[in-house]
Amino acid sequence: MITNYVHEIVKGTGSLLAGMKVTIKAMFSRTHTVQWPRQYLVLPERFRGHIELVPAKTTGFPKCFACGNCARTCPSKCITVKGKKPEGAKKKSPTVFLLDFTKCSLCGLCVESCPVKAITFSKDYSLAGALKDDFSNMDLLSKLASPFSSHVKKEESDG
Amino acid sequence: MKDINLLHIIISLLGIMGIVSLNAVLVVWLERKTAGRMQFRHGPMEVGFHGILQTLADGIKLVSKQLVAPNHADTALFILAPVVSLVPIFVAMMPIPFSSTMLAHETDTGLLLVIALGLLNTLGILLAGWGSDNKYGLLGGTRAVGQILAYKIPLLLTVLTIVIMAGSFSLREIALAQHGIWYAFIQPIAFLVYIVCIVLETNRSPFDMAEAESELVAGFHTEYSGMAFSMFFLAEYSYMFVASALATVMFLGGWQGPFLPAPIWFVLKVYFFLFLMIWFRWTFPRVRIDQMLMLGWKVLLPISLINFLITAVVLAL
Repeated sequence: MITNYVHEIVKGTGSLLAGMKVTIKAMFSRTHTVQWPRQYLVLPERFRGHIELVPAKTTGFPKCFACGNCARTCPSKCITVKGKKPEGAKKKSPTVFLLDFTKCSLCGLCVESCPVKAITFSKDYSLAGALKDDFSNMDLLSKLASPFSSHVKKEESDG
Repeated sequence: MKDINLLHIIISLLGIMGIVSLNAVLVVWLERKTAGRMQFRHGPMEVGFHGILQTLADGIKLVSKQLVAPNHADTALFILAPVVSLVPIFVAMMPIPFSSTMLAHETDTGLLLVIALGLLNTLGILLAGWGSDNKYGLLGGTRAVGQILAYKIPLLLTVLTIVIMAGSFSLREIALAQHGIWYAFIQPIAFLVYIVCIVLETNRSPFDMAEAESELVAGFHTEYSGMAFSMFFLAEYSYMFVASALATVMFLGGWQGPFLPAPIWFVLKVYFFLFLMIWFRWTFPRVRIDQMLMLGWKVLLPISLINFLITAVVLAL
């Protein structure tokens, strides 16, 4: 009876000390969080953020030639592509590339279906916004240089 | 009876206020930092060097907020409760010896005074729970009273053990009596019981029955906001300081130590206990109220009683 009582106290104290050992070890080990937005995590290779356009290495313009495969494949119909040929070029270039991220389920069919691998998953995870519009009309072209950038603007101001 | 010098009292009170605020700023920072690191986070990092001024920023925010009293609250008690909780601290700090000469007011019964004033914290909590007309607050307040019954007797028995060894109730005398060897080594059981008791006394996790976020929202301070809330906060951390200071005096030889000046030794030892309490909080889950009462009545009380009797018999021989 009394030995049981003492045994229980000693055992309990031992388990408390074991717990304290765990936390003190944690205290002096590396932290797992970073000071966002001053630091960013290095994301794994296959991280799926929203899609983005891949620039061609030589020009910096989008590789995309506005074939519209991605828009057709997309099960949620959240991609809008329009394109036309710049003067003197063989292929078309996109003039509009909009992503409705509110509908996107990050399935990746657009990335797979792209014949020239012009779409990829971005690693951007800082996506806070105050308006729905920030995500329903993400202009993916705006992040890249475009052969139309000057041209398109002129058209807008004309219209 | 020594005559009491008014100027001396005023200066010491100002000093105590400084210690209370500085201690709160430091311990809250230490607590949040420790909590963060123990959970693989950084803790506060933005305000000041590694977030050291975070508490100050939070304090300014709290002061600027309105104190809203609930409709059916007993307004007088509601406002009085944080004051009752905080004010005794200033008196309780007076007999604490930071060195053999550095103490605000020496009395022969300093230990009793501090322990008696420590009880007023529970009164403040009960008033807050009663006055705020909130079922969670009331439950928290009554729990605090139930808790006091469970820990105060073993606490007083361990204190008595130390008192009969030192032969004095004066904190200074008790510290001086440990000139050769600390009582922590002579009285390890009393030391352990006292550590559990100070966690119980300061209403800290794993014994934060009165707050119990997961059960009682925030317990006794559910309805409090702004400055009144921060007074409870200040009181909690100050009681931690006082309880740790008592532990330092009774078990770790007070200000005595080699090389460093006496007050620095004292503060270091106090912060050892404070860190211990923070460490407990972020390691152990909260116990249920019946488990806490069980611990107080069935473990701490018999152990401290037996320890006291054995000490008394050994000393008498």
